[in-house]
Amino acid sequence: MSWETVIGLEVHCQVNTDTKAFCGCSTVFGAEPNTQTCPVCLGMPGQLPVLNTVAVDKTILTGLAINAHINLESKFDRKNYFYPDLPKGYQITQFTVPIVEGGYIDIPTKDGGEKRLGVTRIHMEEDAGKSMHEGLDAVSHIDLNRSGVPLMEIVSEPDMRSADEAIAYLKQLHQLIRFLGVSGGDMEKGQFRCDANVSVRRPGEPFGTRTEMKNMNSFRFIKQAIEFEVVRQIEIIEDGGEVIQESRLWDSVKSESRSMRSKEEAHDYRYFPEPDLPPLRVSQQEVDAIKAGMPELPGELRKRFETEYGLSSYDADVLSQTREISVWYESLVAAHPADPKRCANWLANELLGRLKEAGKDLADSPVSAKRLAGLLDRVGDNTINGKSAKDILDDMMESDDDADAIIEAKGLKQVSDTGAIDTIILEVMAANPDQVAGYRGGKDKLMGFFVGQVMKASRGKANPGMVNQRLAELLKG
Amino acid sequence: MPFSSLSDIQNRLNNGETTAVEIAQLYLDRIAAFNSTLNAFVHLDANHVLAQAAASDAYRKEHGARALEGLPIAVKDIFCTQDGPTRCCSNILEGFEAPYDAHVITKLKEAGAVLVGKTNMDEFAMGSSNETSAFGPCRNPWDTERIPGGSSGGSAASVAAALTPAALGTDTGGSIRQPAALTGITGLKPTYGRVSRRGIIAFASSLDQAGPMAGNVKDCAMITAAISGHDAGDATSVSDAPAIDWLAACEAQDMKGLKIGKPKEYFVDGMDAEVRQSVEAALQKCEELGAEIIDISLPNTEHAVAAYYVIAPSEASANLSRYDSVRFGHRCDNPEDLLDMYTRSRDEGFGSEVKRRILTGAFTLSSGYYDAYYLKAQKVRTLIQQDFIQAFEQVDVIATPTSPIPAFKLGEKTDDPLTMYLSDIFTIAVNLAGLPGLSQPCGFASNLPVGLQWIGPAWHEDTVLAAAAAYEGATDWSNQHPAEFNMNGGES
Repeated sequence: MSWETVIGLEVHCQVNTDTKAFCGCSTVFGAEPNTQTCPVCLGMPGQLPVLNTVAVDKTILTGLAINAHINLESKFDRKNYFYPDLPKGYQITQFTVPIVEGGYIDIPTKDGGEKRLGVTRIHMEEDAGKSMHEGLDAVSHIDLNRSGVPLMEIVSEPDMRSADEAIAYLKQLHQLIRFLGVSGGDMEKGQFRCDANVSVRRPGEPFGTRTEMKNMNSFRFIKQAIEFEVVRQIEIIEDGGEVIQESRLWDSVKSESRSMRSKEEAHDYRYFPEPDLPPLRVSQQEVDAIKAGMPELPGELRKRFETEYGLSSYDADVLSQTREISVWYESLVAAHPADPKRCANWLANELLGRLKEAGKDLADSPVSAKRLAGLLDRVGDNTINGKSAKDILDDMMESDDDADAIIEAKGLKQVSDTGAIDTIILEVMAANPDQVAGYRGGKDKLMGFFVGQVMKASRGKANPGMVNQRLAELLKG
Repeated sequence: MPFSSLSDIQNRLNNGETTAVEIAQLYLDRIAAFNSTLNAFVHLDANHVLAQAAASDAYRKEHGARALEGLPIAVKDIFCTQDGPTRCCSNILEGFEAPYDAHVITKLKEAGAVLVGKTNMDEFAMGSSNETSAFGPCRNPWDTERIPGGSSGGSAASVAAALTPAALGTDTGGSIRQPAALTGITGLKPTYGRVSRRGIIAFASSLDQAGPMAGNVKDCAMITAAISGHDAGDATSVSDAPAIDWLAACEAQDMKGLKIGKPKEYFVDGMDAEVRQSVEAALQKCEELGAEIIDISLPNTEHAVAAYYVIAPSEASANLSRYDSVRFGHRCDNPEDLLDMYTRSRDEGFGSEVKRRILTGAFTLSSGYYDAYYLKAQKVRTLIQQDFIQAFEQVDVIATPTSPIPAFKLGEKTDDPLTMYLSDIFTIAVNLAGLPGLSQPCGFASNLPVGLQWIGPAWHEDTVLAAAAAYEGATDWSNQHPAEFNMNGGES
């Protein structure tokens, strides 16, 4: 009999605000420990939280983007537990009434369709600080720079049936939050962390006992951890045992999980309404204004790129990966409207490839959309051929010159003059009589040889289309 | 001379008859003479007081006087102050010095007040007798064998014995009004949200409110005018609170047309007979002044104490979690591990009443008990609020006794927390409903002061102040002072 996997995911996503959720401290990552703190986020006596409304707006935007309901009145609660990196001894979170409820995310399925995965809720909360134990002898160090940084916790329904579906959901969500500009989503910096609730059952039966894999921050580890856990649970059940409800920690070095704490050892968080913060009220007008400012979402954008610009689904996908790329692409099209597909090729394959090699983001690209369009104009009007254009782009990465200046300086102007091309072809034919005879004898494949020779002789400047055309003509004899 | 009102001192300062330094020295002398008897102050830096007074005199000369220029005001040890320690009268805050002033302290400084030391209180404001202080009990100037009430006992004793003309207290379940009543002074708890809580060490956040304790109604109004107002740093401080002309409210001479509610639940068997007589007599006086006394009912009053002793400890259990010895305050010697550090530090740092309330709160919030206790208590709180809303459709203001009994003896109730909790039976509902409440002296029971409590609708401190001012003007109770302290510091 087969087993069915059931997965629900909780994602902790750092909201990218300039200041913390409840005080004015900076959220910039990587500062010296405990330099971005104040009496509020240090939990000092008498200090009170004041809600960062930017975090509220970004959480609402995320909710709208997953087609969720926005609660016009939501509440903050205290989640109580003791830990040295939790200065107040409680975390301010939303327990009973979160700001966002009931949305969904569609993921593509193998058969080309879509599967709809439910999102139960998104609530706002604050991050804790960081404890450091490693390499320290009998002491621990606490860094409270992260204490009070705003988070969204995005909780899914238990709708995923495989590790692949879980990863597809996470990738979609990860793309979305970056697209919306609500989070940096940098997983290495802990800006996007995932807890996975995993259980197995016979198809059609009620849910099995679940375990929770805590705090994973790489898609690869999440997939491994879920797959490991599924096998572990099936083995337990098939051996006649019972899965214990517990929290487990994934050890990425040993590629195995181990128990953190069982249900019996689980904290009683003693949630209760946060008396320092009145209920969070937003008006429908505010929600509508946020909705009006919502950018086109990746899915919509991908479809529009395919229909409006005739892009392949691959190119449309690459160019809708981030909002930045999509905006860059459309400004390139605006500057070079003649051929949106050419724009897509040059951005997706050439420029992004070069930037990746240079370790740069599109935002730091030395070549602007306007400069790249200038280059594509010359490709479009056959001034240069593709090979030269790639060399010119290499030069543009290193200088501020525009395409025309480089073409002029290097004499790369494409040769499209029939007479000049014919002269070169005839020289090549004269130098290779055997190949001419062979071609004429039926070896069509030799065409490639002649094209190569002619291009070489023209030092790459001959118009390849015309070379092909004239060669076919002249080789006929 | 020692029992001068803030207004008297202000007049003399304005007339040039005296200086802030002279005034400060006068009260410092009295503190030096009497504090060993009363234990009203737990921290005092006389030089710092004199320096503030000198700065005030200089300010007056250069710019003229601000609202509280040169007036000495003591503050409860619950207010964080940048100058000197802030301990909340607890050992857990051993060595703690706040790097910030509470918002109301900033406001007092901006008004030119001279801040005088830190006054004694029940540890973390948890108590009704000032006996849970880590610095030992404070004593009642009317009978030093008796408690001054709590938790703002030190502030009450300081004003009652004229160690300062006024003081700041906080009131979570009666902690301004009950000690004011028991020491024969006037104290006001403003509407919840009227005064910022920022920088005031939290006991129960949804109930805590700071307010003045002074010798008369107008002095209370002067201080409230200075410390109230919206603070963007406290999300529960209300930005659109109706403005009040604090001083004008105190000009009331009579009570013509005033409808005073007399709730039957506040005049019950078991309360001290003389207390009851004093308050009944006060109401009669109000009638003579033109008021109409209307019998009303606040039927859910009987549940107020129970609801309070669920809600306040619940909030406190979380509010006091930050005292974990990690960043500040007391830490035990040589902790074996994290759990040992937490448990031993907190065990050593907190007194037994604080522990009782943390445990109570942790229990009432715990899984499986939350609905039966915390949620139920919140429902009761709503019913109590509704009682008042209905009552105020009928009357302008409500008058009750502040405390069912006068000051009791030290140690008399320390072994019986439940009886102790009942001493706040008449003040607690006001906090649960977030309303303004004022206590003023209205007589004596067994030669101990009795307090009359005024309760107003939310944001109507002016109604409360007017009623209290009219009563004060028509009687002499506010001019009664404990004889033992009715002399200058040098004479004792």
